[in-house]
Amino acid sequence: MLKLILQRLAMALFTLLTVCVLVFSITEALPGDVCTAYLGRDAQGARLENCRQARNLDQPALQRFADWGTGVLQGSLGTSLKRDKPINDLVATRMRNTAVLALGAAVIGIPLAIFLGVIAALRRDRPADVLISGGSIFAMTIPEFVTATVLVLIFSIQLQWFPAVTTVRHNAPVSELLPNIVLPMITLALVMMAHILRMVRSAMIDVMASDFVQMARLKGVPFWRIVCLHALPSAMLPTINIIALTVAWLLGGAVIIEQVFNYPGIGTLMIRAIYDRDLPLVQAIALILATVYVLCNLLADLSSLALNPRLRTTR
Amino acid sequence: MSEAQTMNTTMTPMLDVDNFTLGYTNAEGRLVSVLRDVSLQVAPGEALGLVGESGCGKSTLALAMMAFLRSGSQVQNGTIRFHEQDLFALKPKMLQSLRGGRIGLIPQNAGQSLTPTLKIDAQLYEALKLHSDLPRSQWRQRAIELLQQVRLPAPEAMLERYPHQLSGGQQQRVAVAMALAGQPELLILDEPTTGLDVTTQAHILELLRTLRQELGMAMVFVSHDLGAVARISERIAVMYAGEVIELGSSHQVLLQPTHPYTRALLDAIPRLDAEGLPPSLPGYPPKVGSITQGCAFAGRCPHAQPICSEQDAPLAALSGHQVRCHLAGELKRPASDSKVVQLPVQSSDEPLLMLEQVQISYHRQGLMDALLQRPAPVATVDGIDLQLNKGETLALVGESGSGKSTIMRAISGIQPARNGQIRLKQDDLNLPVEQRSKALKRRVQMIFQNPDASLNPRHTVFEILQQPLKLYFGLNHDACRDKAAELLSLVRLAPHYLDRLPGQLSGGEKQRVAIARCFAGDPDLILCDEVTSALDVSVQAAVLKLLKELQQQRGVTYLFIAHDLAVVKAIADQVAVLYQGRICQVGPVSEVFTGHHHPYTRTLLNAVLEPDPNHQPVIQGDDCSEQYPPARGCAYQRRCPLAEPRCKEQLPPWKTDGGNRIRCHLELDALATLIDRPQMIKAVNA
Repeated sequence: MLKLILQRLAMALFTLLTVCVLVFSITEALPGDVCTAYLGRDAQGARLENCRQARNLDQPALQRFADWGTGVLQGSLGTSLKRDKPINDLVATRMRNTAVLALGAAVIGIPLAIFLGVIAALRRDRPADVLISGGSIFAMTIPEFVTATVLVLIFSIQLQWFPAVTTVRHNAPVSELLPNIVLPMITLALVMMAHILRMVRSAMIDVMASDFVQMARLKGVPFWRIVCLHALPSAMLPTINIIALTVAWLLGGAVIIEQVFNYPGIGTLMIRAIYDRDLPLVQAIALILATVYVLCNLLADLSSLALNPRLRTTR
Repeated sequence: MSEAQTMNTTMTPMLDVDNFTLGYTNAEGRLVSVLRDVSLQVAPGEALGLVGESGCGKSTLALAMMAFLRSGSQVQNGTIRFHEQDLFALKPKMLQSLRGGRIGLIPQNAGQSLTPTLKIDAQLYEALKLHSDLPRSQWRQRAIELLQQVRLPAPEAMLERYPHQLSGGQQQRVAVAMALAGQPELLILDEPTTGLDVTTQAHILELLRTLRQELGMAMVFVSHDLGAVARISERIAVMYAGEVIELGSSHQVLLQPTHPYTRALLDAIPRLDAEGLPPSLPGYPPKVGSITQGCAFAGRCPHAQPICSEQDAPLAALSGHQVRCHLAGELKRPASDSKVVQLPVQSSDEPLLMLEQVQISYHRQGLMDALLQRPAPVATVDGIDLQLNKGETLALVGESGSGKSTIMRAISGIQPARNGQIRLKQDDLNLPVEQRSKALKRRVQMIFQNPDASLNPRHTVFEILQQPLKLYFGLNHDACRDKAAELLSLVRLAPHYLDRLPGQLSGGEKQRVAIARCFAGDPDLILCDEVTSALDVSVQAAVLKLLKELQQQRGVTYLFIAHDLAVVKAIADQVAVLYQGRICQVGPVSEVFTGHHHPYTRTLLNAVLEPDPNHQPVIQGDDCSEQYPPARGCAYQRRCPLAEPRCKEQLPPWKTDGGNRIRCHLELDALATLIDRPQMIKAVNA
């Protein structure tokens, strides 16, 4: 058991190291360097030299990688070119904002998706299932910006319950952010639910047909006890990885929705950084997002261990 | 058994199945009957056996006794009453308290019927919570008592385990304990020993017998295995195509069978004390719903008269037992309907397959093992020396985990041997299958246990047969088609089967297709992995006969894996008895079965069941399965009732008696005399 967890942890660390190397080498492989990219047309003469000196670009690549790596290990992601501030400060609040949004969407979306998936499985091919399955596919197929726009139209413009775009600053306290996250949260939940729901549905249908569920019924176990205690843990096993990927996507990839709602999250920051050709910032965000993915998958592995006794015990 | 009959007449039945007809809507949307006019009773404390082949409706009937219908099924007529109460009229709440309470179920496959994510304690506590008045504080105590009652060692530790951590026999015992938690009056056992090893099966049956004596429960014992049914039941109902065709005391049904089907079924069972192959039953059972008039067995019956297919046969009472046959009165004198098949052996002295000191291990020494200098675990299979002549059949027997399949995997190249030599004539079979030449691959073919899994369900029979023909002989489409039809006739199937899909065939027909596919490569050596254990007895006899005939025609050599010793006796020329990957005894079948026995061979033979209520298997040692072979000494040391200190230290020598070779420290005479001494036979609960 402990050995398994340590193995998974070692794997995760190894993946992160690889990501670091990859991110750094891709930046290196780009034509020109950070300064030519950032300065663009002005990349000549004294400005370029100054910039390069300030960034230690005259040093060999390996040396710079070592410096950058040490910085990352010490918790410093470097300095933004455009904003001339430590990247840590820039990223911290944005990451917090994204986390608040993602958490909200996950807390609503995941349990609801599991619940609806179970209902759909139990009412297989009956009206409830057709409605739930059909609705979830519909919600998944529409592009998220369309969903977002429709929600804005209804709840912001018609009903005027929630603001259409976020107007508060990125470092505003969470309480001020809250009204702003309702619509993006609902949009995110709608988009992500379908994947989880469909997985839960098909896994649940399989499990409900299994011998041990039939046996539980013939033992006189009440129906909902069978569903929750005997069937659901087994049905969750294949679902965990989908959930992990979804959460990772929420934490890092909801770029479009953040853009639509002008939400000051990590996605918006990344887009800005790319516009500004602020390579150190892009590099830092890429690393953060990769870490989020790795951590989510690690969590998924650990929850599979917790849910599946076959994985954590031997005969 | 007369006791049971008197009980039957004097007491009101506990369970009363009355004219019960059950239908389900088939794929064509037609309502067809899976059970037709079934009437039978179970008295309190009585044990009734329900026997028949797959698809005869016995499990459906057993589950209906708990008011459980598969989806799409409905009661068409009749009732099932438990203590006068119509089960299908009960409210869901009442039904819930009845199931697992007064009526308990022991399922077919306990391994899959226990919830994999819950520990044994949680599952036992659940049964106690639902079906007993015990307060929560006493659950643990009661659970331990129950586990002791089913003779599980170390019950406290058992509570903490998950189902997959137990062996098959232990899982089955837990399932029994769970049923006992509800203190049932009626226990329904749905093939409770199918899939278990012979020794484990004997132990579980013994446990069920003891529990019945201790607790006085009634039992309905469903099985296709007449030997198992004979151990438990006082009365037996034989089912065919959804009908009860014969019902009587187990002595009557098994020893004086009257219905032609019952007789054919009993004849088709291979016996240890019979020579040659058992006679097979022609044809296959009718499809559900295809018989609407007349006797369902008429199509396969050797005595069929015109009346049989015109009028429904009544269930006639015949000197104490009931038979559904028009000719019951005339057929009363049991005559053996068909003769045992004897086929001459045509083996030569030309060695085909040779195994020398073969050692196989699934363990791979990893980098960490090398760094930490950890020793490799004991090899799964070790010291295998076998020689198989052309045209012979060698059977490997032993319990699960004895290494039979591992040896077969090594010969087929899926799991190459780590040490030793495997040769097919002059060719090296140590190579993994990827490195073997096409010609070599063609010469070694395999038939698998389960044709459902080994035939691609989306390929027609022609496409299945075409693949080896194209691969090995490069035949074009037309030539393939001719050759495929020829192969089908070889396995006694008509050419129109070429365009069928496996799903449209019966189990026996599928296995014939698998055999045809194997012969498509014109192989020298055929590896048969439990090829008949997924088939019904009547079909099994036919498939065994087919294999034997093909061997005569083609001169092929079989390496045969089987757990049924009677099947081995019927088909094999040589037999090797394996325990924990080591050979205990090897030799010609006639000498191994009748001559001196290794203690393990003896244990296996003693556990074999016969379809005879007077037969009693002898149970030796315990049935705990071992995870690893011992590092030194005799492989069987831990379970052997005759083990001596030297058995734990030194590898036993081979003792020879003609062709019969036994690996044991004891002298052959000592083996012959000691083994049957009563004090050597340990009781189950010792």
